[in-house]
Amino acid sequence: MAYFSQQLINAVTLGAIYGLIAIGYTMVYGIIGMINFAHGEIFMIGSFISLIGFLICAALGISSAPIAILLVLLLAMAFTAIYGWTIERVAYRPLRGSFKLAPLISAIGVSILLQNYVQLAQGARPKPGGDIVVGGFNLFSADGFDVRVTWLQIIIVVVTVVLMGGFSWLISSTSLGRQQRACEQDMKMAALLGVNVDRTISLTFVMGAALAAVAGMLFLMYYGIIDFYIGFLAGIKAFTAAVLGGIGSLPGAMLGGLLIGMIEVFWAGYFSSEYKDVAVFAILVLVLIFRPSGLLGRPEIEKV
Amino acid sequence: MSAPLIEVEHLTMRFGGLVAVDDVSFTARPAEITAIIGPNGAGKTTVFNCITGFYKPTIGRLTLRSDREYLLERMLGHEIGQKAKVARTFQNIRLFPGMTVLENLMVAQHNKLMRASGMTVFGLLGLKSFRTAEAQAVEIARSWLERIDLVADADRPAGELPYGAQRRLEIARAMCTGPRLLCLDEPAAGLNPRESAALNDLLTSIRDKDGIGVLLIEHDMSVVMKISDHVVVLDYGRKIAEGAPAAVQKDPAVIRAYLGTDEEEAHA
Amino acid sequence: MKRDLPSMLKDAALTALVSAALGIFIVGFRTNSLGGKGLQFDFQLVDLAIAVATIFVGRIGLLLAAIGQRWPALVLGAILGVIGAAPLTLPSTFLHWFIVLAGAVIILRGLWPWASQTLGQAQRSRRGVHMSGVAARWFGVALLIVAFTMPFMPFADQKTMDLAVLILTYIMLGWGLNIVVGLAGLLDLGYVAFYAVGAYSYALLSTQYGLSFWVVLPLAGMMAATFGLVLGFPVLRLRGDYLAIVTMGFGEIIRLVLLNWVDLSSGPAGIGNIPGPTFFGAVFAETAPAGHQTFAQMTGLPFSGNQRLIFLYYIILALALVTNAFTQRIRRLPVGRAWEALREDETACKALGINPTNTKLTAFAVGAMFAGFAGSFFAAKQRFISPESFTFIESAIILAIVVLGGLGSQIGVVLAAVLLIGLPEWFRDLGTYRMVAFGGAMVLIMAFRPRGLISHREPSIRLHPKLQAGGST
Repeated sequence: MAYFSQQLINAVTLGAIYGLIAIGYTMVYGIIGMINFAHGEIFMIGSFISLIGFLICAALGISSAPIAILLVLLLAMAFTAIYGWTIERVAYRPLRGSFKLAPLISAIGVSILLQNYVQLAQGARPKPGGDIVVGGFNLFSADGFDVRVTWLQIIIVVVTVVLMGGFSWLISSTSLGRQQRACEQDMKMAALLGVNVDRTISLTFVMGAALAAVAGMLFLMYYGIIDFYIGFLAGIKAFTAAVLGGIGSLPGAMLGGLLIGMIEVFWAGYFSSEYKDVAVFAILVLVLIFRPSGLLGRPEIEKV
Repeated sequence: MSAPLIEVEHLTMRFGGLVAVDDVSFTARPAEITAIIGPNGAGKTTVFNCITGFYKPTIGRLTLRSDREYLLERMLGHEIGQKAKVARTFQNIRLFPGMTVLENLMVAQHNKLMRASGMTVFGLLGLKSFRTAEAQAVEIARSWLERIDLVADADRPAGELPYGAQRRLEIARAMCTGPRLLCLDEPAAGLNPRESAALNDLLTSIRDKDGIGVLLIEHDMSVVMKISDHVVVLDYGRKIAEGAPAAVQKDPAVIRAYLGTDEEEAHA
Repeated sequence: MKRDLPSMLKDAALTALVSAALGIFIVGFRTNSLGGKGLQFDFQLVDLAIAVATIFVGRIGLLLAAIGQRWPALVLGAILGVIGAAPLTLPSTFLHWFIVLAGAVIILRGLWPWASQTLGQAQRSRRGVHMSGVAARWFGVALLIVAFTMPFMPFADQKTMDLAVLILTYIMLGWGLNIVVGLAGLLDLGYVAFYAVGAYSYALLSTQYGLSFWVVLPLAGMMAATFGLVLGFPVLRLRGDYLAIVTMGFGEIIRLVLLNWVDLSSGPAGIGNIPGPTFFGAVFAETAPAGHQTFAQMTGLPFSGNQRLIFLYYIILALALVTNAFTQRIRRLPVGRAWEALREDETACKALGINPTNTKLTAFAVGAMFAGFAGSFFAAKQRFISPESFTFIESAIILAIVVLGGLGSQIGVVLAAVLLIGLPEWFRDLGTYRMVAFGGAMVLIMAFRPRGLISHREPSIRLHPKLQAGGST
C-alpha cells in the first residue's frame, strides 16, 4: 500500500508534465487538424531555455528559489512561445492547402532541425541543472516504507493545476477563446464573420508552446538532467496522452497525461523499467485501434 | 413494370441529436432514372451515403436485388461497390487529379484486373492472360471516353481537365466499375446549358443503352423533369412526395417545401 | 507588391529581432560542464550578433529580389559571399559558412524568376518535352553504365567504394520507402524498424544456425514483410497522421526491444562476427574456414582486400536495381495504380470498390520487404550490428531522401541520395551541420517545391503511345 501510494504520487507528478505538453498537441489539432510533430522539440527548447535561465539567475546572484523559478518560468514561456510562433509562420502557414502529407513532412523537418540545432549550439552531452528546490516531507509510513512527497512535486502539481485552470478560463470565457472555438468549427465561416484566422492560429501555437515551456522547466527541475533528445520520447508520450484523452479535448489531454504518467510509473514500478516506453507505445496503438476518438473525444464523421 | 433494383425501407440516420433522414422508404427500378430532390439540407446526400456505405444507417433496410439480394446496410463501404455493384459520384468531384484520364478509368476496373493479374503475381510475370485482360479494360475505357468525348485527353492528368469534363469523367469512371446501380450526386451542378444538355443525353443513354438503374440527386429542375422517370421528394429528412415528374411538380406539399408557406414567410 | 525602402527595413528589422529572440538563449549562452559537477556558460553573444546582422542583410536581399530588384539583390548576395569567404577572424568557422550561405540564398532567389521562366518555357515547348524525355532516358542509361563500371575506374579506391556501397544502400532504402510514401502516400516514420528486422534476421540466422547470406536474404525480406503486415493490419485503417506517429513509435519499440532483450540480440553489445556473403560458396578472406575455399583459390586471382568490397558493391547494386525494376513494373499493374489512387483520394477508391486496408497493407509489406533485404545486406557488409544503427534519425534520413528527390520519382531518389549521403561524406566539415540542413531542406521543399527535385510523373499506361514524348524512366 505504501509502495503503491508512493508510485501514485510520482505518477501524478509525471502525468502533470505530460498533460501540459499534451495540451499543445490537442489545441493545434483542434484548430487546424494536424499533428504538430515538432511540439516535443518545443518542449525540449523550453527545457534548455529554463536551464540557461537558472544559470543566469545564479550568475546574477538571485538566490531566492521562488523568485528564480518565477523569473525563469516567465522567461521560458515568453521565449519558447516565439519558437512556437515562428514555426507556425515559417513551416506550416505556407502549406495550408498543399497536399495532405506536406505539413506532416514539414513538421518532421522542423523537428530534425531543432534537435540538431540545439545539439550544435549546446553540445550533445546531457546537462545537469535546475536542482534548486530540494527536500520534502514524509506523508506517512507503512510496511516499513516511507511515503515521501517532495516540495518540488507539490510545486509541479500546483503550477500545472493553476495553469490548467487559467487556461480553461481563457478558452471558455474570453473573446480569444471564442474565436479559437469558432475556427475549430469552421475556419472559412469564422473568417467571413471577421475572425482573424491567421492570428488565432498563431496564438494557438504561442499558447501551446508556452505551456510546453512550463513542462520543460518542470521536467528539468524534476529530473535534474536534460539533453537535446528529450523532446522525442516526451513528445510521443504526450501525443499518446492527447490521443488517449481524445484529441481536440482539453480536459482529455490532462486526463490522458495523468493516465500515461500512471502507466509509465506503475509499469516501471511493478514490471520492468526497460519496457515502460514500450508499454506506453502499446497503449497508443491499442487506443488508436479500439477507440480512436479517445476517452473524452467525439467521434469524427467523415464528410463526403 | 419490372421488379425494383433497390428497395429503401424505413431508412433513418441520426447524428447525435440531429435526425438527418427520418423513416424514408422508396424504390428504384433498373433502366429507370429515379431523381431524389428537395431543398438544401433535406438529407439527400445522407441517403446516398447510406446506400453507398459511407454511413451506417441508424435504422432501416437497404436491399439491392440483382443476381441475388444484397443487404447494403450490413456491408463494408468498399464491398458495396465490389460485390453489390453500386457506383457513385460525389457532389464535389473526387477524381484522382494527379493520374491521367485513362488511369482513372483503369483504377475503376481494379477488382476485375486484380483477379486477372492473379493478385499481382501473373502481372509481375507478364503472363499473356493478364495482358489480354488489360487490353480489354483499355478498350472499355476507350469506349467510355468516346461517349464522353475525351479520347484526345486520355493521357492528360485528370486534374487539368475543365470542370465540365471532370464531371463527365467521374460518371464514366463510375460506369467503368460495371455497376447495376449508378448514384449521381448533383451531376449538373456548375455546368453551362450546353454541357447540361450533353449530360442529359449521356444519362438517358446509360439508362436506355446500358440498362442501368440511375439514382440522381439534382437541383436543376429542368434536368429532373426532362429525364427522370420517377421522383422522390425529401424535406427535413422526411419523404413528402413520390411519383411521376409531372405529378410531383403539382403536389402542394412539394410546392410548399420549395416556396415556403405564408406562415413561414411571416416569421422570416 | 509595391514596397518602399522604409517598409523593407522595418520588415528586415523585425526578422532580425525575432531571430535574436530565438537565438539569445540557445546560441548566446553555451553551457559547458564544469569537470565533475555543475555547469557554467560561455557568452557567444558576438556570434549571435553577427548571425543576426547577416539575417538582417539577408532579409533585405530577399525582399529586393522579391520586388524584382534583381541587380541590387545579386550585388548584396555577392558582397555577403565575399565577406563570408574572406580570411577574417570570426569567432567560429560556422559563421563563415553561414554568411556564404546567406549570400548564396540571395543570389539564387535573385536568379530564380529568370531561371524558372526560361526552364519552364523550354520544358513546355514541344521540342523541350521531347528533349527532356530523351534526356531522362539517356541519363538513366548513363547512370547505369557509370554504376556498372565504377569499381574498375582509377579513382575507385577503398574510400570511394565504401561510400558508393553506402550510397547504394540508401538508394535502395529510398526506393523501398518510395513505394510506401511516394506511391501509396503512407507516411512511414519507422521504416528503419524493418531494416533492423532484416539485419537481425541475417545476423542471428547466420551466427546461430550457420545459414548462408543467399538463403537468409529472401527469409529476411519475408520476415520484415511479415512485421509490416502485423503492424500494418491494425493501424492502416487510421488517418494518415496517426499512421505516421504509430510507425514512429513502432520504430522506437523495435529499437528498445533489441536493446533490452539481451538473450535474443545481445542488447547494446550487438552481434559481431557475422559472416559476409559468399560467391558460389567461396569466401572473401585470406584463409578459408574448413570446408570452404576462398575466392582467390576458386578463381586463381591473387588475394586482395578490394575483391570483397567490389563483390559487396555488385550485390547491393543488383538488389537496388531489383527494387527499382519491381517498382517500375508494379506501378503498371492494378495494385500499383490502386496505391496511387489511394494516395490521391481514399474516399473515391472506396466508392470504386477498392479495399483500402488491403491495398495499403500490400504497399506497406512490400516496402518493408525491401528494407528487410537491405538490412540483411547491411549486416553482411558491416559484420557487426547493434541497436545504435537503427535510430529514428536513420528513418528521417531515408524519408529526407525520398522527399527531396520527389515523392514517387525513382531518379530523384538517386540524386537525393548522392546529394544527402555523398556530399557530407566528401566534405567532412559539413558533416556536423548535415542534419540541420536535412531538416531545413524538408521544410523549404514542402514550401517551395512539394513534389521534390524531380516532379515529373510518367503515366503508368497511355492510350496514345505514339504521342509519347520520349522514353520511359
